[in-house]
Amino acid sequence: MTTGTTTMTKDSILKVERLSMKFGGLMAINDLSFEAKRGEITALIGPNGAGKTTVFNCITGFYKPTMGMITLSRDNGKEFLLERLRDFEINKVAGVSRTFQNIRLFSGLTVLENLLVAQHNVLMKASGFTILGLLGLPTYKNAAKAAIEKAQYWLEMADLVDRADDPAGDLSYGAQRRLEIARAMCTGPELLCLDEPAAGLNPKESLTLNTLLRAIRDQGTSLLLIEHDMSVVMEISDHVVVLEYGQKISDGTPDHVKNDPKVIAAYLGVEDDEVEEIEEKLDKGIIEEGTV
Amino acid sequence: MMRPIKDRIRGNYMEYFIQQLINGLTLGSIYGLVAIGYTMVYGIIGMINFAHGDIFMLGGFAALIIFLILTSFFAGIPIALLLLLMLLVGMLMTGLWNWTIERVAYRPLRGSFRLAPLITAIGMSIALSNFIQVTQGPRNKPIPPLVTDTYHLGAITISLKQILIVVITSILLFAFWYIVNKTPLGRAQRATEQDRKMAALLGVDVDKTISITFIMGAALAAVAGAMYLMYYGVASFNDGFIPGVKAFTAAVLGGIGSLPGAVLGGLLIGLIESLWSAYFSIAYKDVATFAILAIVLIFKPTGILGRPEVEKV
Amino acid sequence: MAYTTENNQSGLMAKAVKEGIFAGLIAFGMFLLFVGIETYQDINNQLVWRTRWGLLAVFVAVAAIGRFVTVGFIKPHLDSRKLAKAKSGVLEISDEKGFFRTHFLKIALVFLLCYPFLAMLIFGRQGSLKYVDNFGIQILIYVMLAWGLNIVVGLAGLLDLGYVAFYAVGAYSYALLSAHFGFSFWLLLPMAGILAGLWGIILGFPVLRLRGDYLAIVTLAFGEIIRLVLINWTDVTRGTFGISGIEKATFFGIWSFDAGAPNNFAKVWGLPTSSVYYKMFLFYIILALCMLTAYVTIRLRRMPIGRAWEALREDEIACRSLGINTVTTKLTAFATGAMFGGFAGSFFAARQGFVSPESFVFLESAVILAIVVLGGMGSLTGIAIAAVVMVGGTELLREMEFLKHVFGPDFTPELYRMLLFGLAMIIVMLFKPRGFVGTREPTAFLKERKAVSGSFTKEGHG
Repeated sequence: MTTGTTTMTKDSILKVERLSMKFGGLMAINDLSFEAKRGEITALIGPNGAGKTTVFNCITGFYKPTMGMITLSRDNGKEFLLERLRDFEINKVAGVSRTFQNIRLFSGLTVLENLLVAQHNVLMKASGFTILGLLGLPTYKNAAKAAIEKAQYWLEMADLVDRADDPAGDLSYGAQRRLEIARAMCTGPELLCLDEPAAGLNPKESLTLNTLLRAIRDQGTSLLLIEHDMSVVMEISDHVVVLEYGQKISDGTPDHVKNDPKVIAAYLGVEDDEVEEIEEKLDKGIIEEGTV
Repeated sequence: MMRPIKDRIRGNYMEYFIQQLINGLTLGSIYGLVAIGYTMVYGIIGMINFAHGDIFMLGGFAALIIFLILTSFFAGIPIALLLLLMLLVGMLMTGLWNWTIERVAYRPLRGSFRLAPLITAIGMSIALSNFIQVTQGPRNKPIPPLVTDTYHLGAITISLKQILIVVITSILLFAFWYIVNKTPLGRAQRATEQDRKMAALLGVDVDKTISITFIMGAALAAVAGAMYLMYYGVASFNDGFIPGVKAFTAAVLGGIGSLPGAVLGGLLIGLIESLWSAYFSIAYKDVATFAILAIVLIFKPTGILGRPEVEKV
Repeated sequence: MAYTTENNQSGLMAKAVKEGIFAGLIAFGMFLLFVGIETYQDINNQLVWRTRWGLLAVFVAVAAIGRFVTVGFIKPHLDSRKLAKAKSGVLEISDEKGFFRTHFLKIALVFLLCYPFLAMLIFGRQGSLKYVDNFGIQILIYVMLAWGLNIVVGLAGLLDLGYVAFYAVGAYSYALLSAHFGFSFWLLLPMAGILAGLWGIILGFPVLRLRGDYLAIVTLAFGEIIRLVLINWTDVTRGTFGISGIEKATFFGIWSFDAGAPNNFAKVWGLPTSSVYYKMFLFYIILALCMLTAYVTIRLRRMPIGRAWEALREDEIACRSLGINTVTTKLTAFATGAMFGGFAGSFFAARQGFVSPESFVFLESAVILAIVVLGGMGSLTGIAIAAVVMVGGTELLREMEFLKHVFGPDFTPELYRMLLFGLAMIIVMLFKPRGFVGTREPTAFLKERKAVSGSFTKEGHG
């Protein structure tokens, strides 16, 4: 492990070990191992087609990895092997929630309803799996009230209170991104996975996003994010893992990674090199077909 | 409509089996032709054209009416010419109908709410069968047998009409395959199927391509309708539903959107139906068809030759 | 445009004439064989034909003139109105609703409660039968079925083309259990619902993995399988003959509606014997069942399960990422919808006193689905309106005796019932693709309840 010494003391919330994912003949991820520490923001970066989203989909249960182990340890000490859980259990049991690269909101529901749907499992229990709630028992009424309060809290965090009663599909792009994060937080996760949260945001929106993400971390939720925007990554992440062609090439603090010659060669140094850029695009075309 | 129960040939199971295969193949050809219309329309605009079964029924009625007119004017008309005219007029007629239906009932809803065209298609199906019921009467319309020759190979009986059905189907399938795979029109169709917007940007006349697809599907259904009439010798206004559902089942079974899949699905449905009737129970033949459809879809949700649907995250 | 000149006008007319002629030609081609020629069997049972050129000419003329008028007058008129509206900058949406619209539901409920008595008052004891039974009960059965299917299609976004199967399960459960065990209506009503719900789970479980159109075709297949089994399993179901003599519902066991029974309702109350009391009683039962369906639907929508259904319709993948078990969520939608279908089925059996597979054909599923979509998926009010318009409209056609005076004594308006139903489905969809009520009422709000425009809601994929 090349992790910096300062982070060694914290225990890890997510441990990815020897993860491989194959699509047909294509090795999208090859023997990848990394850790995300509790209470930190870990960023997964890499050029297009490096396999970041695939890693994400493996962690959040949308793909079953070909090989490897993904261990999540919760605050209460319980450990879960994510690759063995069913897709919805990853959120329900293991406390991992995620957002999507192409925003997936319930666009016909209002902003508030989106946040209430996210509290499904809590409310379901409170409503006695619908039956008690149908009878109008107070337990459900109280839980419903609490759910709205929780939603309201996250609306304030995401600066969306004014839009609470509007359909989610009516929000601007930046607001939709924030809503998706708020919705993911309403499930009460311990690990929040964000797939390119800053994509398509203008600098101002990007700044608000950074504040929101930091606030989430400071509340005790660990974050794992994929990001293209280096300014976001370098500014907010505590720990960076760099992928290229499905393999880890660097791992450490932002400063460490920034100065890693391998990373510079693979990622930061190719900006003016047109030949490699074209190659990269080609790779994107080929690899993303299978991975995204 | 019940298929005549074939006499069981005692002692020779192989021949009996082959006989059933031939019957199944004949029926399957008809289903396959109708299934292509379903699958093409689904492929190109992603809607279940529920009225397609009724287009098939219209094709049968067009053939029936042409048959009546021609035989009353020209008593000694050669069978081949008669058949050809029945097919041609039927194709023209249903092509025109399907073109109009697409223009009037489906095109305005293209790109709208997904269920809207499905509902208009179901409405169209109800309207078409009732239109024929109103204009041509609710009774079954029998016609005298057109082609009666049969050939015997040992204990196996093959009728000329079975041969005709299989041959005509094969010719049409070939012609069709050629159009879709080797002509600019086919290229336009495939491009529209892949990405309608992009195809339009690249100069494909999408509206025209879709119209032609509807016409082609209708023409095949008309041939199937005429052959169905020839095979069973009777037409009825509600003939569109059961064969239509079976053809659609065939399309789904084969993998909706896939042309070879539609033919394969059609043949399979034909075979299942005839073998089930022969060996198990004729009463439950449709149950068998639908049950097998359900089972196949449960284990292979996109049909036999369908492209697996990749869940994009 | 600013320069509406003579030239422009004559250009429009020329276009309209051209389009009219074209439409006439197309209509001529389409109807030449099917309208221009009539096939019929002569006395020898031989199929022969005769021409109907007059009728064909009518069809062609209607098409040509219709197209001409549309292109030449109606369309420019609509366009100019739209243009004027856009220019004036006033949005159509106005918050002010009239008294009728704000209190629509209350008025409708009061009307429904009084309806049988109003009918009796106006049309007399026997005259009201038709209005209570053919209109009232018939429409309410469809309202209930459509509301039940609405849970599956409108809320959860699962396209079910075989809903009538659960209706059949309910009806046959009632018929068989009542015949074999002599259970009463009030016991069998919930049982039929539960049985149908169980069937919903049994059928739903294997197929809910399927998406969109595949799900549609498998549900259609299941619907057909159930019907075919009902036809062919003659030992139990008596096949196409159906089961007759099904016991009537009683007034909670206190009064009977059987003519011979000692506690016959009319006898006990000293009223003249009439079947109208039973019909009125049935009317209130189905009205109560409808209200129950509506109440449960409204309540469920505000519960986590109902929100999960709607979320599922919007985006299944997002649901999974939020820890929602999509399989059980779909199953509950399927089972709940099926249960209401079962209630309606058992009511149907009690009302008819007779069930046969004929009542459970695919067309019924299609009609119910059409009502849901025409009404506006998810909207109870819209669906009820659609049921009244579509079912009531076609029932009304049966009553139009005066048409015989117009079209001659051979004219049977009933024949045209389904033809017009089909055409109405098309026309309504063309003008209102999202149904009569396209907006969605949110289930919770922070400050104010704003209806969600139909353009945001999705229709589900699975």
